[in-house]
Amino acid sequence: MDPIYRALAEIVGEEYVSDQPEELFTYSKDLGTSEPIQPDYVAAPKTAEQVSRIVRMANQKKVPVVPLGGGISLAGLALPLRGGITLDLKRMDGIIELNEKSRYIVVEAGISHGKLTSYLHRHAPHLMHSEPGAPPAATIGGNVVIHGQGDLAHPYGFNSDMINGMEVVLPTGEICRFGSCAIGSGWYTLHPLPDLGLFLGWSGSTGILTKISLRLFPCKKIREMDIFVVEDEELVPDILYELTHAGMAEDLVAWSQEIPPYGNRLHHININITGDSREEMEFKRHLMFDIRLARYIQDGVGGIAAVSQDIERPQISKSADWKKGGGFEYVGSIMPVSAYPECYRRGMEISIRHHIPYTILGRVIGSAHGMMFSYSYAFNRADPETVRQAREALHETDHMVLEIGGTIWKPAVYGQQLVMERMDPNTLQLMKKVKTLLDPNNIMNPGNWEVN
Amino acid sequence: MSLAEYKYQDIIHRCFRCGYCKFPTDWDDVTNCPAYARYRLESYSTGGRLWLIRAWLTGEIQWSQHLAEIVYSCAACKNCVEKCPLSFHNDIVNMIIAAKNEMVELGLLPAPVKKFLQNIQLHGNPYGLPAKRRKAWMDGLNIESYHGQEYLYYVGCEGAYDTRAQLAARAVATLLLKTGISFGALGNDEACDGNEVEMLGEDGLVELVAEKNIKNFQKLGIKKIITLSPHAYNAFKNIYPRFGGEFKVFHYTQVLQDLLDRIKQDGQSAQGAKVTYHDPCFLGRWNSEYEAPRTLLKATGFQLIEMPRNKRGALCCGGGGGNFVTDFLGGSEESPARIRVREAHATGATILAVACPNCLTMLEDAVKVEGLEEELMVKDIAEILIESKQ
Repeated sequence: MDPIYRALAEIVGEEYVSDQPEELFTYSKDLGTSEPIQPDYVAAPKTAEQVSRIVRMANQKKVPVVPLGGGISLAGLALPLRGGITLDLKRMDGIIELNEKSRYIVVEAGISHGKLTSYLHRHAPHLMHSEPGAPPAATIGGNVVIHGQGDLAHPYGFNSDMINGMEVVLPTGEICRFGSCAIGSGWYTLHPLPDLGLFLGWSGSTGILTKISLRLFPCKKIREMDIFVVEDEELVPDILYELTHAGMAEDLVAWSQEIPPYGNRLHHININITGDSREEMEFKRHLMFDIRLARYIQDGVGGIAAVSQDIERPQISKSADWKKGGGFEYVGSIMPVSAYPECYRRGMEISIRHHIPYTILGRVIGSAHGMMFSYSYAFNRADPETVRQAREALHETDHMVLEIGGTIWKPAVYGQQLVMERMDPNTLQLMKKVKTLLDPNNIMNPGNWEVN
Repeated sequence: MSLAEYKYQDIIHRCFRCGYCKFPTDWDDVTNCPAYARYRLESYSTGGRLWLIRAWLTGEIQWSQHLAEIVYSCAACKNCVEKCPLSFHNDIVNMIIAAKNEMVELGLLPAPVKKFLQNIQLHGNPYGLPAKRRKAWMDGLNIESYHGQEYLYYVGCEGAYDTRAQLAARAVATLLLKTGISFGALGNDEACDGNEVEMLGEDGLVELVAEKNIKNFQKLGIKKIITLSPHAYNAFKNIYPRFGGEFKVFHYTQVLQDLLDRIKQDGQSAQGAKVTYHDPCFLGRWNSEYEAPRTLLKATGFQLIEMPRNKRGALCCGGGGGNFVTDFLGGSEESPARIRVREAHATGATILAVACPNCLTMLEDAVKVEGLEEELMVKDIAEILIESKQ
């Protein structure tokens, strides 16, 4: 028997390892436009200790290891670019500690957002975590290692800013903890110890996140989405500035899309507000619509498109299916809010050039400190021509994002190369040193963030 | 195989593999697909299975024993149909059954499936037991043969042959006798209903079984059928009309809920004892009957405690799609039946109530393997009704 297979089976159990064509096929693809690349093995560990043993073995054998969460990054970030072992981490889905008074929860990294939302709903309904705009099968670990953002991004920032502590299996197999948990205290803060921020944003190429302490936030009893709409894209940054000054919203998302027709050429701003009483809700609505946005309404350039819409958590997204083709990918970019008009215009131009109805969406991060823009391209998986069109549109969008001063979020390898071409040489060399120091055999998700 | 032969070629590529299908209604976990819960590899999720089927159709991968086992590990529980938000969701299980159709056509079947189907063909039941032993469940009961009564009481293969399910079949019959309604049974003339044959993708055999039963039912003048098993209920209600068999079909819980006053028992008082109920897929998700069993349980005086995953979000016992015999989901701590009895035990209930002979045997076996016999009993609702005082 193959010694690597035998070692994996000994570590995780025969049932949770495979080198069969069916599993290799399944793990060779994601939902996006990336070309399939097969791993040599698939294994589903249950504990950090098992992950550690696998990584140590992989170092001995010089075999790549690719950690996988929900598998829905869309950008091929967990495809095994150099083969090796794909580690499906979704069996590591336990809830270790809920500390209500200190508002944090310690979870294993493979837990899904849906499971965490459901758990909090049942056991601590007054608390919530920031759910990303992804299907609920997305994992907590997968989302924070790509600097995801969610429906609490406006008040609290990136999801990766909401971490109180981490456990990571290093590329050489050691299990390390970061934050207060590293000194044997609770998992209540990542600070003030020396900054070792080596693992977030690296797409799993510097270590495997196995446990996370995640900040929880107040979950109000009443939740609603209101929608403000304008025709002139130039107004959107001002409106978002007004709304973030008020600071009454829980989530702010601006979007425009060709399908459905009511979204075409109009800019909708979804405003989630929450409260524990009708008075609180009324106060927040008054402050936003009667005070901050009144002049747009009075000038006839903006209007309230909807009020008191239900907010679904986890969210059900059907928008990716407009092409009815089972394929969807987007370029995410972090931009200044002031770039909204140009992002919209340039994104729409690219969509038109590639015969794809445009879908552009921007979520406010912090008090308008930034915006996560997504340029979405659905395609028909059964039609290679539409896959090609989408891939070309994605690449063109990567270039455009950088041209207009943005930063690509969770870039695929193509985008990573573009980013690194522009990166400050000293920073780039530091990245290389960090990677070489942590991963001397270059086994950890090789091909991602690889500095030549 | 040619892609053109596959019925769902126009939609099978539409699955994104986004994973909604793994969840129950309350998003409690990604383990509400019984096959994915058992194996925890993406290939066994509904999305993984659909992508593999498509890859087989397009020639990206070849048929293998392992591929067939992945396809046949689908318990046809319809959790995926329930949770998928996209417009093709109603066809998800049909897409998997259609792939099984193709495997049947090509004779490319896992050995347990082949044996299951051969036994139906040869003996009229999946166990390969003689047809003349089919009426054994009736021994000692004063049940008339069907000769024009208002209802046919149809027990199905599990109720007829499985020693544990026979007790449930007898309990239902005892209650039906007590109601005074007019019914009879077919005894050795009863034959497999074919529901699992449909789920296993043997179209030709489904047609044969259904037409034979329909002919027999029509010859006997049967118009109304009470079934012990939700699987038979589904077959008579949803499959037989395709072959011209139109009957008024009832699951026994639906009949008894209207006749509660006639079946008052003098058994033990429930005295606040706790019971939890496991929804069978072919009564629940397939046919939207969630209340009749609960109405009966509430009448027993037991305190009904729901498991977190219930009704539309219930976890399948793993016995559907022929798996109660083919057993592609057994043999593990993470087998769905074992997960389910642990959930039932966690409610604090001492009785796990079921309304399906498949679930009864699957879950009772799981209780034994989990070592919970002293703390949790699996009982059919009819058995609980007989033992309790209402």
